Amino acid sequence: MSTTPDTPVTAPIADPVGIPPGVTTARAAGLVACRRCGRVNAGRAVRCQRCHGPIRSRDTQSLQKVWAWLIAGLIAYIPANVYPMLITASLFQYDEQTIVGGVIELIHYGNYGIAGIVFAASVMIPVGKFIAIAYLAISVQRGRPANAHRRHKLYDVVEFIGRWSMIDVFVVAILSALVQLKAVATINPGIAALSFALSVIFTMLSAMAFDPRLIWDAEGPTAHE
Amino acid sequence: MKHRPASATFFVDRRPLIGIMPLPPLEDLIACPHCDTLHIDAPVPPGSIARCKRCGVVLFAPRKQALTQLLSLSIAGVILLVAAISFPFIDIDAMGFENQTSVLNAVTAFSEGRGVPLAVAVALFIIVLPMVRLLALIYAIGPLVTGHRPRRGAHVAFAMTEQLRPWAMAEIFMVGVSVALVKIVGLATVTIGPAFWAFVVLVIITLFNDRVMSRLSIWKALEREGAV
Repeated sequence: MSTTPDTPVTAPIADPVGIPPGVTTARAAGLVACRRCGRVNAGRAVRCQRCHGPIRSRDTQSLQKVWAWLIAGLIAYIPANVYPMLITASLFQYDEQTIVGGVIELIHYGNYGIAGIVFAASVMIPVGKFIAIAYLAISVQRGRPANAHRRHKLYDVVEFIGRWSMIDVFVVAILSALVQLKAVATINPGIAALSFALSVIFTMLSAMAFDPRLIWDAEGPTAHE
Repeated sequence: MKHRPASATFFVDRRPLIGIMPLPPLEDLIACPHCDTLHIDAPVPPGSIARCKRCGVVLFAPRKQALTQLLSLSIAGVILLVAAISFPFIDIDAMGFENQTSVLNAVTAFSEGRGVPLAVAVALFIIVLPMVRLLALIYAIGPLVTGHRPRRGAHVAFAMTEQLRPWAMAEIFMVGVSVALVKIVGLATVTIGPAFWAFVVLVIITLFNDRVMSRLSIWKALEREGAV
């Protein structure tokens, strides 16, 4: 990501509160903005004039939902790593493979690039996401005004990247559909495939429940001065 | 880095707004969806990008003929998706045992026992949701392109398009396919069918679609044309 010279995105350092001078929020002006279409509505509106969606100044239950989905995602991530993802049966052997086992096998056969992709999608992204969402939620709960820009970027990355964890689920789906060669070899999905898919879905919902406006609230005036 | 023309969205000065000056009409304002900062919604010339002054999120990135492009890409997407589902996808052959799979087969292959929930999820992510999303988009913006009044429920359809965006996973599926192919190569001979290429093009179209789409502009257009 790069920024164009004409559109400053960083707040001036000189400003003590960290909010750029001359900036006001819809909330500070006593209005309610729609997160879906950007329309600004009168303070007491509950439906957006433009897109007819439900609106509220801040989603007060946002963090509760974030934590609930995040914990569900964490719980589902445990069986996803313990149980086999892929069950391979061929003429001479029966093999159960976990997520990490699959990565190790790819390394063993020298497919370092593919091993890297699978490891990133199935281990690094989910774990990183758990930590990132928890960090964002905690920082908002404590009302920390510091480095809002970095936290906002983190939120953007988490929102964008979460769905890519699904790669391994699709790999299992394709392999088990394709490799059904009677006596020679069959591949079937293990329990972990489903729990991993659920874990990804739950953490995506967790990230979506987060109201990014909360990141900025601690920084600037949220009411009339 | 290409130097872009100046942003045409100006932010509201705090003090005059709260203190002395009366508020501009609400439809002339736009609030950043990420940080709630108010901006005056001035027209943005095509080709330039208007970012939020505070958090830097792209608010408007209008292009010439964006809606027409979006509509034609979406129609092409529907056709490709139908092709990608029905034609043979991948064909493998190991010691004389052959198995040909279409995407539909891939989904229905484990339609018994433990695989069912997984099959449903995969079907949703790679067939149903992408299709619903494309059709809803065509429904919502079609009349805007041809200069007609938006259809009934156009805003519901467009809201759905936006909400389904993260759940339509065609591009992720294709990366999964590539990984799966690498894993099988040692085991069997793999032949790639026409559906595979249909899917590749579909992914490219989807990426283009997301680039061309300026969702705040579409919402404004729907409001302007009197969507109900």
